[in-house]
Amino acid sequence: MSKMKFIVTLIVLTLGIAINASSVMAAKDSLNLGMVLEPPHLDPTAGAAAAIDEVVYANIFEGLTRIDKNGVVKPGLASSWTVSEDQKTYTFNLRKGVSFHDGASFDADDVVFSLNRARAKDSVNAQKALFKPIQSVTAEDPHTVVVTLSQPTGSFLFNMGWGDAVIVDKASAEKNKSNPIGTGPFKFSKWVRGDRIVMVRNDAYWGTPAKLKTATIKIIPDPAAAVSAMMAGDIDAFANFPAPESLAQFKSDPRFKVVIGTTEGETILSTNNQSGPFKKLKVRQAIAHALDRKAIIDGAMFGYGTPIGTHFAPHHPAYIDLIATHPYNLAKAKQLLAEAGYPDGFKATIKLPPPSYARRGGEIVASQLRKIGIDLEIIPVEWAQWLDQVFKKRDYDLTIVSHTEPMDIGIYARKDYYFAYDSPKFQALMKKLDATVDTKARYKILGDAQRLISADCVNGFMFQLAKHGVWNKNIRGLWENSPVQANDLTQVYWIN
Amino acid sequence: MFRTLVEILRHGLKNRSFIIGGSISLLFFLVAFLSYFWTPYPVEDINIADKLLLPSAEYLLGTDHFGRDILSMLIKGAGNSVIVAFVAIGIGIGCGVPLGLTAAAKKGWMDELIMRFNDFTFAFPSLISAIMITAILGPGSINSIIAIGIFNIPVFARVARGAALSIWKREFILAARSAGKGRFKISVEHILPNISSMLIVQTTIQFALGILAEAGLSYLGLGTQPPMPSWGKMLNEAQTFMNFAPQLAIYPGLAIALTVMGLNLFGDGLRDVLDPKLRRSR
Repeated sequence: MSKMKFIVTLIVLTLGIAINASSVMAAKDSLNLGMVLEPPHLDPTAGAAAAIDEVVYANIFEGLTRIDKNGVVKPGLASSWTVSEDQKTYTFNLRKGVSFHDGASFDADDVVFSLNRARAKDSVNAQKALFKPIQSVTAEDPHTVVVTLSQPTGSFLFNMGWGDAVIVDKASAEKNKSNPIGTGPFKFSKWVRGDRIVMVRNDAYWGTPAKLKTATIKIIPDPAAAVSAMMAGDIDAFANFPAPESLAQFKSDPRFKVVIGTTEGETILSTNNQSGPFKKLKVRQAIAHALDRKAIIDGAMFGYGTPIGTHFAPHHPAYIDLIATHPYNLAKAKQLLAEAGYPDGFKATIKLPPPSYARRGGEIVASQLRKIGIDLEIIPVEWAQWLDQVFKKRDYDLTIVSHTEPMDIGIYARKDYYFAYDSPKFQALMKKLDATVDTKARYKILGDAQRLISADCVNGFMFQLAKHGVWNKNIRGLWENSPVQANDLTQVYWIN
Repeated sequence: MFRTLVEILRHGLKNRSFIIGGSISLLFFLVAFLSYFWTPYPVEDINIADKLLLPSAEYLLGTDHFGRDILSMLIKGAGNSVIVAFVAIGIGIGCGVPLGLTAAAKKGWMDELIMRFNDFTFAFPSLISAIMITAILGPGSINSIIAIGIFNIPVFARVARGAALSIWKREFILAARSAGKGRFKISVEHILPNISSMLIVQTTIQFALGILAEAGLSYLGLGTQPPMPSWGKMLNEAQTFMNFAPQLAIYPGLAIALTVMGLNLFGDGLRDVLDPKLRRSR
């Protein structure tokens, strides 16, 4: 018995030493980044999940252009470009000497293949709208690609910087879901499902090589576990910390740096505009008047978040403050509900995905709507269920979700989107926007679009998600804001 | 009936664990009963402005992260635990006891079938099977009741069968059989009354386990759903506040520990009181 004990102790000790030794030696050039959600797969051209881009964008895959930490379009695989007079022809000059991680060389054919694949009829790209204006893609020579558009598209270069528009190799494209092969500064190494994704530096990278030798993304779905993992040093950084209530604690700890930034995440009470009482504008207006945004932000996010009155990021220059159109007013809300034919309210369901903004926000929203007689049954769902039931099958009344794509007001023009909002007026506005290149004119149209969805109360507009970054104070180069869904690790390094 | 109650009380009041456990359990049931009619504050009302307050005259135990009164939530949580445990134990007794009695009465292949099936259910730890059941049926109060009920069935079947087998050997059963009574009739009229004290003791213990299981399932998010408060859920929600508002976890934790301890002590005391053999040996 005592021999057994001795052996067990020995094993435990050895393991402990081994783990310590590896972490001490590797501390300078490796990073453990925490993430709440595990991506369903790793192909950004074949899925809507933000978690995919948060792993691979800029790290493994690159597009013709890229979006930097300030949301500005920068050259990517295209070193420069020229735009024709009529804004319809883009000529991209590609970088030379670029190769994919498997050794295949990158040239104009890969660009033609990737863009044609994304815009094809049978494409599984989650953002096909980005490629809609493209009329043809041709390779002029191995390092020049000409893209012709059917109409001038002001946001085309920005669109080509999305994770959905990355350039893939024909030979490896189909296997990218489990073994992503890109041109980026990091190579995919391994993925232990439910635990971590490991990337290693690509020493054959065409540009400035990454400073980190290895980057490990650890999946930690539980907020309480995230707090412990940070405290214990198992995780070096969380780009977006899941428990806002703990931020005060990290702020007072000298080991950590807390950075509150902005995201493109409009957190909304998504409403099925074709379901029962929610078809009626007055019911949706009543809900808009019954939402106390300040209480939701304080209760669910501990004060971190900016109230919004429409589906638009407040830090964007085209944003219009429309909170005052539907101020918190219970009497008005009750009156509207009565006018809609529901003086005693009604019963409905709210399906809540796992993040705390949704679960906590949902409890608060349910309590607020109960005050005007709308009795919500809370149904917690996992992400897979949410994507299937709510997003695909539209089998829901209300849900809470954060739309983290940049400049995504265009989703309101899709009548088969899960809001089931069908407004020809809005669709016309978006068509006009697509055809407008002048920035001022674009902002005006965007303003009209914001006003329209606010007036129609398509969804309950709640708040803009803040980015709660928490990381070791010796880490430099992580993004403070997130203009796109990304954890760009290319410039990250330790100062000691 | 009344006389047996008086008898039990007379012996019980000499037994320390019966008194302590009984009073805690009584208090628990009174609070649970109260919750169906009154709580200091409505538990569904979220009042963010008053979040995370420390105990005061207004909120006796303070408020949680949504500004809800913790005392009200504890009271409502007690009521919720009782309903879940009560119905679940009802399922356990309703199905388990007849199964156990049948096994003891029929013997042979029927006995084997029932008991092997019992062993099969026992092979899975109770909470794991409850998680499995709620994972299939979906989270929710009713499904957690079903899950806890199902893993109570083999417990009662086993107790009923064991006790019944020892009674079946007795002479008065032989007398009943020679008088022409069928197995079913004997089981109901003679066996059941004679094993009832064991079943009652088992019930109090299973009740405590039921409360614990409910708290466990709710802690995992599979049991009671918001806005209905549950002790397990309160514990889960308190997790990320542990470092700066530990009271949020301490209150429901204490409530669970105290209730389970009370019920177990009560069960122990009751066993001592109800079992004449044990009583005589003291």
